[in-house]
Amino acid sequence: MFKPSHFAAVVLFALFASTVFGITQRDTPRRMLRYGIYCFVLFVGSAIVLSWLMFFIAR
Amino acid sequence: MRYSQEGMATDDNKNAATTTGFVYLPLIAGWLVPGAGHFLLRKWGRGLLISASIVCMFSLGVAMHGKIFSGASDILDILGFIGDLGNGLLYLVGRVLGLGVDQVQITTADYGTRFIVVAGLLNVIAAVDAHNLRTGRKS
Repeated sequence: MFKPSHFAAVVLFALFASTVFGITQRDTPRRMLRYGIYCFVLFVGSAIVLSWLMFFIAR
Repeated sequence: MRYSQEGMATDDNKNAATTTGFVYLPLIAGWLVPGAGHFLLRKWGRGLLISASIVCMFSLGVAMHGKIFSGASDILDILGFIGDLGNGLLYLVGRVLGLGVDQVQITTADYGTRFIVVAGLLNVIAAVDAHNLRTGRKS
């Protein structure tokens, strides 16, 4: 059984979703790459920010 | 001097050759097999990346012992079932092999269930993208 950590699961999810988003939502390869990276950073960044937010709320 | 360009390898004729046939074929093929819609349109790189992403996501979901929805008992199950159906033949193969039947009550299995559902939804987006390429709505 594959048991990734929460963060590893977030990174894997962001990687695959960003790849498909980049390819399907933009027209040229350069814009696809930029949009894919943008989505990846947003996915992972928002997970980190929300995690810290919940950490401080729980204290 | 005027002459017919019928049958010549002009740009118009090349475009016409790729736009003949059943319009919904890339949509249906892309739904059944991830990336197949783009392969039919000779978008090899895009198809390969889409195929790898969706197959990996589905496989990781199964490897995490995620649940593959088989029926609809409440609204959340119905939504999960619809998402899973987006995987096309991957869903059928998973059901035939009996994968994802018994959900393990651990956090990782819950991640796996989401991975499988999202893989299906991404596959639908990719299939619609192939259809848009086929109809010329997207270049």
